[in-house]
Amino acid sequence: MRINATVIPSLAMSNSLLATLVLVVAVFAVVMGIVTYLTLLERKVAAWIQDRYGPNRCGPLGLIQPLADAVKMLFKEEFIPARADRWLYLIAPMWIIVPALVAVAVVPLAGTVEIAGQFVRLQIADINVGLLYIVGVGSLSVYAVVLGGWASNSKYSFLGGLRSTAQMISYEVPLGLTLLSLVLVSGGSLRLEEIVAHQSGYWWGWLPRWNAFTQPLALVIFFTCMLAESNRLPFDLPEAEQELVGGYHTEYSSMKFGMFMMAEYAHVLVSSMVLAVLFLGGWSFWGLRDEQTAWYFALAKLAVLLGKAGLIIFFVMQIRWTLPRFRFDQVMRLAWKGWIPAALALLAANALLLYWMAPALVYTLANVALLALFVFAGQFSRSPVTGRQLSLRAVESELQTTNP
Amino acid sequence: MIRDEDIIRIEEPKLSLAERLYLPQILGGLWVTLRHVFKRKITVQYPEQRRSMYRDNYRGVHRLNKDAQGRVKCVACFMCETACPAHCIHIVGAESPWPDREKYPVRFDIDELRCIYCGMCEEACPVDAIELTPLHDMVGQSRAEMVFDKEKLLGVFDQTRDLKPPKNPRIVGYAIDNPDYQLGEGPGRVPLTPPLSPKSRGQGSGGRGQSESVPAPDPRALPPGKESR
Ligand code: SF4
Ligand code: SF4
Repeated sequence: MRINATVIPSLAMSNSLLATLVLVVAVFAVVMGIVTYLTLLERKVAAWIQDRYGPNRCGPLGLIQPLADAVKMLFKEEFIPARADRWLYLIAPMWIIVPALVAVAVVPLAGTVEIAGQFVRLQIADINVGLLYIVGVGSLSVYAVVLGGWASNSKYSFLGGLRSTAQMISYEVPLGLTLLSLVLVSGGSLRLEEIVAHQSGYWWGWLPRWNAFTQPLALVIFFTCMLAESNRLPFDLPEAEQELVGGYHTEYSSMKFGMFMMAEYAHVLVSSMVLAVLFLGGWSFWGLRDEQTAWYFALAKLAVLLGKAGLIIFFVMQIRWTLPRFRFDQVMRLAWKGWIPAALALLAANALLLYWMAPALVYTLANVALLALFVFAGQFSRSPVTGRQLSLRAVESELQTTNP
Repeated sequence: MIRDEDIIRIEEPKLSLAERLYLPQILGGLWVTLRHVFKRKITVQYPEQRRSMYRDNYRGVHRLNKDAQGRVKCVACFMCETACPAHCIHIVGAESPWPDREKYPVRFDIDELRCIYCGMCEEACPVDAIELTPLHDMVGQSRAEMVFDKEKLLGVFDQTRDLKPPKNPRIVGYAIDNPDYQLGEGPGRVPLTPPLSPKSRGQGSGGRGQSESVPAPDPRALPPGKESR
């Protein structure tokens, strides 16, 4: 299963400095543009699900709404709480947006393009440890959340920060384990371009060899962890507005709040792109091959990747308006008693199957069997007894003793 | 202490296997929301579309009703100003130029921004001079503009006369119904029998028809419940 680097041009060389700089600027601009429009999409999806139209007054179909929001954000009053730790308070919003944005650097956007006789790989940084980089950079954003919560000197922010620390750290474990088993089955490389290349080609001539088909359990675990890492419902306890006002960004106003908002959507966008790369074959699609390097093929590949990411984003937003928020002990239970054992079992299963050189279908069956096992076992795990239930029981037993 | 009879015991519903597995339920929920995405949208696109289902008793902008002669009906009794919980009505009364009442309002200002649209003023008015209309979309560019004066409130009446006909087109029982003092014929005027003499106006405290010399009280001013609704 080794990839022959000479066959695939995208693996053969690296970009010139100029090309990289141009790519950085372009990708940054595109990502920020998409992020601003994701806020609009979120409101639209929310509205559609609730049988409404959503914002439709600013420009046709409300398309200028994000600009109006940005202007509003910029001109709002800056407010720093009197007892806040000024420096940490100011660093947090800057810090949170950076990890979300730099993670996109290793995403292979659209294979290789030939411009004026030169091959340019449409990926900012093609590093050997792309997956590790994403996990590492992604976990940096927890510091911003903790900082924001701590520096605001407000109990709601603080609670939000605490929750998010526990949640993000817990969900990093199954996330890492899943990625490990994914690396096992995609040629043993941590390089995203190679993982994409591994998923090109078809079974029976038509079914793309995407990891989503061989590793459905890994997909489910990865998706859940991705929701938890980017604080999206049903894991948005750090900013549960019914209990914590706004969570860690309660005390932030103006564009600093806007940065937290943008970071959330950047996170969603980047993790959706990563999910598309890892499980849905990145830019691979029927009729698109790696050797095609004309610019229109590059555009088509980019469109395919963004389309896949877009579908995932829509799904993430739909989940937000479908599922209620978990209780905190449920969040922790899912991570420690559900996904971590499941990811470990999956890792072991994948390793064994790889050793036996099992065909792809067996991987799928093993995944489905494990998923069914864990879903089924979930109902036998004892749920913790809350204080309310305890006091109810006490009242009941007291009643039974006083008047039998 | 919780008493036994206050405790309501609720049996938790037994979940089926599919419900306990959680995942099928999530898929079911996603299916519901996905269908709603493509459903017909029900939002009223407000400035272009308007709902036409206002009830008579919708409490919007006030109006000061006019009588058949086009004069303001209000008798400056200050009942509404007293009743108003938001203290947003300000009346300046003066001696009436007309012989059918003692006072009338020279100024009548309502601060529409301060008003809570409770309708207490309408309830309090003994002569149904002040009413709340179904108009609800008023705009102004300053706070001062939103203090409606007498002319504006009378204008609201002209505007909404057809939308919401005055409950009580004439003041019953006042000397205005005496043919001697009729200044003109208006629609809906019914001659009252027996005619009242101007000098008996405001004297005594009898009910309707008790004495010829006593004006009959406005039936609309009776406590609610006795009104003919
Ligand atoms: S509606 Fe209520 S608040 Fe408004 S003027 Fe009348 S009594 Fe006052
Ligand atoms: S209660 Fe009626 S009659 Fe009395 S002052 Fe108010 S509007 Fe005029």
